[in-house]
Amino acid sequence: MANKVKLVPVPSQSVIPERDIDKSPILETHHLGIDFGGLVAVDDFNLTIGRTEIAGLIGPNGAGKTTIFNLLTNVYQPTRGTILLDGKSTKGMKTSQVCKMGIARTFQNIRLFSDMTVMENILVGLHDEMDYNTLSAVLRMPWFFRSERIARERAIELLSIFNMEDMADAVAGSLPYGAQRRLEILRALATNPSLLLLDEPAAGMNPSETEELMENIRRIRDMFQIAVLLIEHDMNLVMGICEGICVVNYGKVIAKGDPDQIKNDPVVIEAYLGKKGAK
Amino acid sequence: MKTKKMTLNRNARKNYLTYGLVIAAYAILQTMSTTGAISSSLKGMLVPICAYVVMAISLNLTVGVLGELSLGHAGFMSVGAFTGVTAAMSLQTAVPSPVLRLLIGMITGAVFAAIAGVLIGIPVLRLKGDYLAIVTLAFGEIIKSIINNLYVGVDEHGLQISILTNKLALSDNGKIIINGPMGITTIEKLSTFTAGFLLVMVTLFIVFNLVNSRSGRAIMAIRDNRIAAESVGVNIVKYRLMAFVTSAALAGASGTLFAMNYSTIIANKFDFNTSILVLVFVVLGGLGNMLGSIIAAAALTILPEALRQFADYRMLIYAIVLILVMLVTNNPTLKGYLDIAKQKLVRKKPAAQAAEGGGDNGK
Repeated sequence: MANKVKLVPVPSQSVIPERDIDKSPILETHHLGIDFGGLVAVDDFNLTIGRTEIAGLIGPNGAGKTTIFNLLTNVYQPTRGTILLDGKSTKGMKTSQVCKMGIARTFQNIRLFSDMTVMENILVGLHDEMDYNTLSAVLRMPWFFRSERIARERAIELLSIFNMEDMADAVAGSLPYGAQRRLEILRALATNPSLLLLDEPAAGMNPSETEELMENIRRIRDMFQIAVLLIEHDMNLVMGICEGICVVNYGKVIAKGDPDQIKNDPVVIEAYLGKKGAK
Repeated sequence: MKTKKMTLNRNARKNYLTYGLVIAAYAILQTMSTTGAISSSLKGMLVPICAYVVMAISLNLTVGVLGELSLGHAGFMSVGAFTGVTAAMSLQTAVPSPVLRLLIGMITGAVFAAIAGVLIGIPVLRLKGDYLAIVTLAFGEIIKSIINNLYVGVDEHGLQISILTNKLALSDNGKIIINGPMGITTIEKLSTFTAGFLLVMVTLFIVFNLVNSRSGRAIMAIRDNRIAAESVGVNIVKYRLMAFVTSAALAGASGTLFAMNYSTIIANKFDFNTSILVLVFVVLGGLGNMLGSIIAAAALTILPEALRQFADYRMLIYAIVLILVMLVTNNPTLKGYLDIAKQKLVRKKPAAQAAEGGGDNGK
């Protein structure tokens, strides 16, 4: 397999690709947990992601995967534990601040700005790249035009990654499903992240689209030199591109390792197929 | 690159069209009123029309662009009316120029309405949807009650304010400005059609330039999907408040313009009915459509006057016309015909349409 890389252990009981070992990890979580009332949704979640790793987060339905994404982006404040993004704790921050620190995400159910055009969607992602304030926008100062022009050029550049330049003027809500998914990824990339979270990027895609998506995720990682953490149920995709995989069930990590280790882990097989399915 | 230029043009073209139509309407009406070609009743309505147009545009910023229903917009108009008139009246001797006094009045009105917008916006914007609408309604009523119980006078020592009962101890040269439920009774008529026109232009300028900037896009992003907007780094609280306060400030300036067109103004003028009336302009003109708001505000302000010949049945006919217009403009068959006509018009430029082709595959 193309993604065969050697994983090495790091102090937080995790593994990251060997090429990232000299650099500090982009994300570390320590004993992360959240309770909803009496329900322990996530508990003792430890994960380390290398600088340029493509990591997978898998588990049966209701295992707490999306909850973990919501914890990482501070949509939920964790009950326990810490999240270190590039070595800095994100405790108490708002979602928008976490984004500025470098985490961008897509959503399981697509969340585009559907009444705005494709271009405008990307420009919202480029919000922090533009440096003029509201007053100079209202007064149309020269630096407003300069900043807007640079942002629009950048947006076209981003759209060209997926050959979507021609769609710049289309209303986002009117795009075909696959294009909406791609736009959501581009909008996340526009925020200039160092960690990209993809929540079921292949949901609703046919095998050839999934194949293309895998290629695109790899291409994005290489192009931007960022880390990607993805939730996915499509095992072809997960086993095909993820270097490190973390399996959760009932809010707890049950296995970590490279695709081959995960595939043959009896605990993982049991979680997915039940006791009888285990070899 | 080609397509990019087209959007810019399409957006800009609509904005220039709006500016152009407003200027043309002003030029025609101004000529007609100086040559005496329009009736005196219509002439008297020119300033209120401008005031309502500004109200409609500013409310459209909250309802159409921010996407939150506000039912207390007349409250901000009221704050602007009373503070603006008070400023203009207390400066009667200090600032002899009426134009300058009106300008100071409008700015004061806008500033105080903006302050009210911040004070109200902080609690209100924690809510959304129906809850937000009802709370703005309540705040509109609170503003009305406060002004109904407010007594303000001016003498050589400056402004004096008392609440609930008239406890103003004014000197002999002093005069009362706001007299509780009686409102302001001795307003100098400073508002002119030209002033109203300029306020409409300034409002359009502010709103268009705000909407077509990173701030405006952030506001619309929050409207379309709050969670996604937050996930790309948009500060939700800041931009919601920005839209709400801008909207309030413009309503305040409009209030001053409106009040300074009459000799008397009372707080009850700016009640729930006025808020709803402005909301009707916005809904009829189309959410987010500023030109629509302008036309709706002007047409629906003139309509009751134009229907005067129906005497007692006037408001009944007004209501029926309103229902018919709403039905017709929302009729899918009619909309279909309009879309076909539109497509025929733009067929010459297929590049812009091509991108919107695959619409049905979505979701």
